[in-house]
Amino acid sequence: MKITPIIGLEVHVELATASKMFCGCPADHFGKPPNIQTCPVCLGLPGALPVPNKKAVEWTIILAQALDCKINLISKFDRKNYFYPDLPKGYQITQYDQPFGENGKLGKIRIRRVHLEEDTGKLQHEGQQSLVDFNRSGVPLVEIVTEPDFRSVEEVDVYLKKLQRIIRYLGISSADMEKGSMRLEPSISLSNDGSLPNYRVEVKNINSFRFVRMALEYEIKRQQKEPHIQQTRGWSEAKNATVPQREKEEAHDYRYFPDPDIPPIRMSNEQLAIIKEQIPELPEAKLTRFVKQYNLSQYAANILTDDKNTADYFEEAAKLSDQFADIANWIINKKADITTLVPAQLVEQIKKSQTAMPVDKTALEQAIKTVLSANPKAVADYKKGKTAVIGFFLGKISQAVKIPANDMIRTVLERMLNAR
Amino acid sequence: MDIKHVAKLANLPLTADEEKRFSAQLTAILNLVSQLQKVPTKNVVPTSQVTGQENVFRDDKIETERILTQDEALSNAKKTYNGYFVVPRIFKNDH
Repeated sequence: MKITPIIGLEVHVELATASKMFCGCPADHFGKPPNIQTCPVCLGLPGALPVPNKKAVEWTIILAQALDCKINLISKFDRKNYFYPDLPKGYQITQYDQPFGENGKLGKIRIRRVHLEEDTGKLQHEGQQSLVDFNRSGVPLVEIVTEPDFRSVEEVDVYLKKLQRIIRYLGISSADMEKGSMRLEPSISLSNDGSLPNYRVEVKNINSFRFVRMALEYEIKRQQKEPHIQQTRGWSEAKNATVPQREKEEAHDYRYFPDPDIPPIRMSNEQLAIIKEQIPELPEAKLTRFVKQYNLSQYAANILTDDKNTADYFEEAAKLSDQFADIANWIINKKADITTLVPAQLVEQIKKSQTAMPVDKTALEQAIKTVLSANPKAVADYKKGKTAVIGFFLGKISQAVKIPANDMIRTVLERMLNAR
Repeated sequence: MDIKHVAKLANLPLTADEEKRFSAQLTAILNLVSQLQKVPTKNVVPTSQVTGQENVFRDDKIETERILTQDEALSNAKKTYNGYFVVPRIFKNDH
């Protein structure tokens, strides 16, 4: 019997707006002393009136558009009612039946919805009591929910990295897992025949890409041995396992209803078109263009387009010199510190290193080619990130061309390795 | 009327006596309000707003003058510690 994992994802992303979602307190809360960024609105004091942050709404719509969602022309905020110490009002302002975006996709993964809500305060458990800090209360939080479309851990990993890249390209969040500005909650079940099972296990408390892999792999093994029951589990770093979380005895009953404090939001198609214009070239499109326009390998283009600043830097340099492969190589192998060097200086340095070439370039390239072809395993190791094999290659090459290894040989070698 | 469930959702501890009393009262209130069900609404568009307002936003600006100091924020708290509100430990529920 073939067992297929069926996985869906909920991703929460804190928006990098200056102010909070419904009040003018600063949104940047990381590492701040407790309870210094609050006001009557985000403390839930009686009579305080929430007013939505326009930029947070626009950014949510931009993200929804970048994920190919259908944008609801009329949306609203709702109250999700529950009691918990990190939620001072007794309800969270979120979106229920009219989220900003619905029915999108990222690659072949369908996006069910993209909605905007407010973050909760932060709890720290100490002994028999909990400490509450409301600096985070009311920070704009976007939730991106997929359909249960993942069939392997690998697919989840690829999706998350893609999503993080897009969010960073849009400049709407640092999407930093360690700092909590990106949080993941996978749901996983196992299917014998590919159809959706009638249970799912939600896994919480995951704060790195590595842990999401480990937690899912653990669940796939566990669920093959244990009965299939619907439950919430938490990833325990100490135990390297998921453990059942204490759950409420009763089924959830959030009693959602439209927040009467916040009038509905109506968007025209014209407004949506203007917002859409703000979407920059997205990572996938940029990667494809880099391969084509600059004749780069998939490998090199992938690294260069990983973050927008590096990609922009490369393109600045590429305007000044058509030695695209060399520029790419210098950036990728960090031969120059691009945080201190402007692109023109980088191009200058590359030129200088080439004029000092003590060996015939064609002969050198031929020698390198021979060495690389003779050592496929070492090449594969390099591709896996074992850059130490460079030393091995340099030794072989300098034997072949009969001059000591130098920076120039290294540059050509790395360029040719990256192009393979 | 499941009064226990309603009380739990409202986070209200009720005595057995209160449960009995409020159960009867709540049922009576619901019966009264349910008269609304008789109003024909087949041709009425659902609404959650009566002000007629739409798109009320604020610009993304920090409003320093509205921010409370830590002392002000904590001033009504029953218990505080090092700038935090303190509550009895509650195990993590699923939200």
